[in-house]
Amino acid sequence: MTSTALVLLMIPALGFFYGGMVGHKNVLNTILMSYATLGYSLVAWALVGYSLAFSPGNALIGDLRWALLRGVNLVTSQPLGPSISHAVYMAFQATFAIITTALISGAVVARMRIKAYLTFITLWIIVIYGPIAHWVWGGGWLGALGALDFAGGTVVHVNAGMAALAAALVLGNRTNYGRQAFLPGNVPFVLLGAALLWFGWFGFNGGSAVASNQYAALAFTNTFLAPGACMVVWSFLDLMRTGKVTAMGVATAIVVGLVVITPASGFVPPIWGLVVGGIGAVPSYYVMLWRARTRVDESLDVFAGHAVGGATGAILTGVFAVKAWNGVQDGWIAGNPHQILVQIIAVAGAAAYSFLGTFALLRIIGAATALRATTGAEALGMDSTQHGEEAYTTGEGAILVYPDGADADAALGAGLGKVEAKA
Amino acid sequence: MKLIVAIVRPDKVSEVLEALYRAEVRGLSVSRIQGHGGELERVETYRGTTVKVGLTEKVRFEIGVSDHFVEPTVRAIMSAARTGEVGDGKIFVLPVEKIYRIRTGEEDTAAVTPVAAVSE
Repeated sequence: MTSTALVLLMIPALGFFYGGMVGHKNVLNTILMSYATLGYSLVAWALVGYSLAFSPGNALIGDLRWALLRGVNLVTSQPLGPSISHAVYMAFQATFAIITTALISGAVVARMRIKAYLTFITLWIIVIYGPIAHWVWGGGWLGALGALDFAGGTVVHVNAGMAALAAALVLGNRTNYGRQAFLPGNVPFVLLGAALLWFGWFGFNGGSAVASNQYAALAFTNTFLAPGACMVVWSFLDLMRTGKVTAMGVATAIVVGLVVITPASGFVPPIWGLVVGGIGAVPSYYVMLWRARTRVDESLDVFAGHAVGGATGAILTGVFAVKAWNGVQDGWIAGNPHQILVQIIAVAGAAAYSFLGTFALLRIIGAATALRATTGAEALGMDSTQHGEEAYTTGEGAILVYPDGADADAALGAGLGKVEAKA
Repeated sequence: MKLIVAIVRPDKVSEVLEALYRAEVRGLSVSRIQGHGGELERVETYRGTTVKVGLTEKVRFEIGVSDHFVEPTVRAIMSAARTGEVGDGKIFVLPVEKIYRIRTGEEDTAAVTPVAAVSE
C-alpha cells in the first residue's frame, strides 16, 4: 500500500519533469497530459485492463474474469501477491500501467488535440499495456521463457519508449521543428520532477517484490545507488563534450539511472547495481544527442531515455543477475550467458508489439477524429486553445464575463471604443 | 532616415529575424507587448470565473534605417510575418529627426550604417 502511494506520486512528478521542458504556452497542457492518465487510464484499467493483464487467460492475453473489478477482493491473491489483498495488488499494478501511459505524452507535446489524447490514453492502457504486462508478469509467454524484469524495464520503459516513437511519427513534427529552437521553459520544474520521480521510484522498484522482504531491500538499495552512478557518468560526458555540467543533464541522468536499474533492481548485487547505473548512462546519452539531429520530433526524448535505457537495463540484468542474491536466476557473470539471449527476446517482442500496436491505434483514432491541433492553435499554444487557461496570467486585458453575458459585451464595446478613439 | 516600427505575431519572430538578416538589416530592438487589433477575443475559465481576454501578445520591432533601406526592410517584414489571418500586425514608418551612435558620436545615416558595411 505504501509503495502504491509512492508510485502514484511519480505521475504528477513526471508531469512537472515534462512540463518544465516545454515553453510557457504549453506547460499546463503538458502537465495535464500526465494528470489526465490518473483519470482516464485509471478507470479503463480498473474496468478492463487489469483483468486482461493479470488474469490467467492464455500465453498472449488474460481473460475477462476480473473485468469490472469482479473478484478483486480483500483476500490475498495467489500466486500474484501472496502477502497482500487482491484489491491492493490491482491498485499497485494500476500505478505502473498509468505511469507507462503518461510517459508517452513526452513525444507529442505542444501539438496534440486534447480530445484525441484522452481517447488515446484510455484505449492504449487496455490494448497495448495489458497484453505486454500479461506476457511478462501475468503468466504469458515471456515470463514462461524466463525473462527477468523485476519492476518493468521491458513492460514499462521499452514499451513506453517505443510507443512514444510511434506516436511522434504518426503525429508529425511541431511546426517550425528544425528551424526554431524549442527550449525548456522552466528548468527548476525539471529538477523538481526528477527528484520526486526518484522518491516515488523506491515504491516502484521496492514494491515490485510484492512483500516486505529481502528482495524489496535489494531493489530499494539498487534504486538508491544506480541513479547516482548514472549522474556521475552523464555529467562527466557532458563535461567532456561541452565543458559544463548541465542541470538538464543531471535531471535526465537521474531518470535514466532509474530506468536502467528498474529491470535489474531485485536481481543484481548492489555493487553491480552501481555499475549498471553507470554503464546505463552511455547509450541513452548518445542516442539523445543523435535524436536531436534527426528529423523526428520525438520531443522530450522518451525513446532515448526509456526505450534505450529500459533495453540497456534489461540486457544488463542478463549480465549481472546473481541467484544467491535474487533466489530466481543467474546471469552471465554467474555462469548463465543464455540469460542475455532471453532478455533480448523479451525486449524485442515488447518493442515490436508496442511500436506497431501504438502506430495502428493512433491511425485508427486519427481516422475518427483529428489528432493534431491546427497550425494556428499551435502558434497560440495548447494551454489557451485546448484548455482555455494560461499558466501565468497577468489579468491584463481580461474582461469579466457576467453569467448573462450582456454586461461583458457592453463593457468590451465601450473599452474598444476608447482604444479606437485614441488611435 | 526612418524609424520602422513593426508589430508582429510572437510565433513569426524567428522568421522575421531570418528575413531581416537576409536583407542585411543588422541593428534592431525587440520588445514583447500586448495589443488589440480586431482579432477574436479568447475566452478563459478559471473555476467559476470566466473572462474574455481582449489583448493579444505581440512583438514590436524597432529598426532605425537610412532611406534606401526602408523598402527592403518593409518588404522583408511583410513577407515573413504574413499568415493572411486577422492579427498579422502593422508596420509604421516614422520620420526621424536625428540619430547618434553612442560609441563614436557618429550622426544620422552614418550612425545607422552597420560597421561591417562601412569597412567594405
